[in-house]
Amino acid sequence: MKMRGVLCLPTAGFTSSNEQTMALRFWSSSRPAASDVDEDAEEIPSQSALVPADSVAGRSLVIVIAIMTFLAALAANVAILVADASVEWRSDVAREATVQVRPVPGRNIEADVKDAAEAMRRTPGVREARVYAKSESEALLAPWLGEGLNLSELPTPRMIVLKLDAENRADLDKLRMELERAVPNAVLDDHHVFIERLGDMARTAVAIAALIFVLILAAMAVAVASATRAAVATNREIVEVLHIVGAADSFIAREFQRRFMALGFRGALIGGGGAIGFFALAQFFAQRWRATGGGDQMEAMFGDFTIGPSGFVVIFLLAGGVATLTGYLSQFIVLRHLQRLG
Amino acid sequence: MLTFENVGLRYGVGAETLRDVNFQIEPRSFQFLTGPSGAGKTTLMRLIIMALRPTRGLINIFGKDTAALSNEDVAATRRKIGVVFQDFRLLDHLTLYENVALPLRVLGREESTYRAEVIELLRWVGLGERAHAVPTILSGGEKQRAAIARALISQPKLLLADEPTGNVDPTLARRILRLFIELHRSGTAVIIATHDLSLMDQYEDARRLVLADGRLHIFE
Repeated sequence: MKMRGVLCLPTAGFTSSNEQTMALRFWSSSRPAASDVDEDAEEIPSQSALVPADSVAGRSLVIVIAIMTFLAALAANVAILVADASVEWRSDVAREATVQVRPVPGRNIEADVKDAAEAMRRTPGVREARVYAKSESEALLAPWLGEGLNLSELPTPRMIVLKLDAENRADLDKLRMELERAVPNAVLDDHHVFIERLGDMARTAVAIAALIFVLILAAMAVAVASATRAAVATNREIVEVLHIVGAADSFIAREFQRRFMALGFRGALIGGGGAIGFFALAQFFAQRWRATGGGDQMEAMFGDFTIGPSGFVVIFLLAGGVATLTGYLSQFIVLRHLQRLG
Repeated sequence: MLTFENVGLRYGVGAETLRDVNFQIEPRSFQFLTGPSGAGKTTLMRLIIMALRPTRGLINIFGKDTAALSNEDVAATRRKIGVVFQDFRLLDHLTLYENVALPLRVLGREESTYRAEVIELLRWVGLGERAHAVPTILSGGEKQRAAIARALISQPKLLLADEPTGNVDPTLARRILRLFIELHRSGTAVIIATHDLSLMDQYEDARRLVLADGRLHIFE
């Protein structure tokens, strides 16, 4: 039995009415000093969560969030890769232009090709003008006309491939006029139609990836909302007791938020880690398959799968966003539910 | 402190469970609420703690009309009321210490600021050695005492106890009653819902609120 001033506190409680009276006086008039019960206090463990872990379909939710985060990270990074690759395609294509010299009766095509090439080389912004030999021009037609044909009798057009200076851009209109003056039967193709198509295709791919990203996040939000409602229903008694001891709705909602944010964080970590692993593997295999036909096409579409710092930032932001979204969405749903209960 | 004026309560479309209930609870008063099983004692308690809303009438608590209270005001008002439930309503996943500390935890107090109080109170109700135990392994009497400790920890102005001696032996029942009487003397208004006549006979100074056929009769 401890002594504190005039008070004599029972250690086993309810032992005698005299002790009760004294204890009550003590209880209603003063508070014990923390130092008086330090020995017991040290043994008290840190506080448990008010929403028990096993009352939330935690494992299923973590798996769903992990898969959704993985898919969202994939969609976001594929969009970035395609967007980056398309910039490269367009810039590669834009650095080239083609001059086509058509055979016209009464004109010497070889002289026309030579004049056109010289006119092009004189023009500022043209780094190189490579004349395709007749045999090379004929070889370009082989895929359409078939192998083994004698094309020497046919009036096949001749090609001049121009390499344009990326920094000192050539004035294409001036180039076209220059060419028309030098060789009227020559046509300049700056590939703008192809570039526009490439741009449209890349924008479509990015828009689809963005749509998939948004749909994945929406599906995840629905899953979190559903799990939150289930958790509130499962923990109805806890909510009721908390209300009765004076907990405000915001306090209860925060308890659920804490639980769900922890689950969201775990799921996002697994999903985000999975996405980083996926891109590391994809990069490894892309490098191994680079020499193959399929590998080249994959590389043309997505580059070498190197997501770079921006890709990592996207994944980390996404994981953080998913955890935060999970927590705040659950808090919002619980709060709305409690306010409806009134 | 608490006023009921012409309060009626009906569940669904049936007859009224409580009809024209009128009474006042003064600060530092002590009353038994009694009546046969099913008379509406627990319903009346639930009306006081605003877990139910009356179908008609006015309930005024701590000077405020309960119908006009926002959710936040309801929570703040409940913090002034200690409730001991017949079925204890302890949270099984929390230790006794955590259960008793719950009203202080919802106030947002740091654990270090109330640890000593909670341990002291647990010790005082004879559960000092059981602070780490979870309710599922406790006897009915121990749960009852833990529930009482939880109701007292925030030093409520009004204490409601629903059949607080229903699960304990007569000796412990007497001790619990003495505890409530002491609380009343120390300034807390007490309402004990019970149908145990022998318990009421032990404190004849108490007012008796008798519920029968949905109406409340007061014996001063």
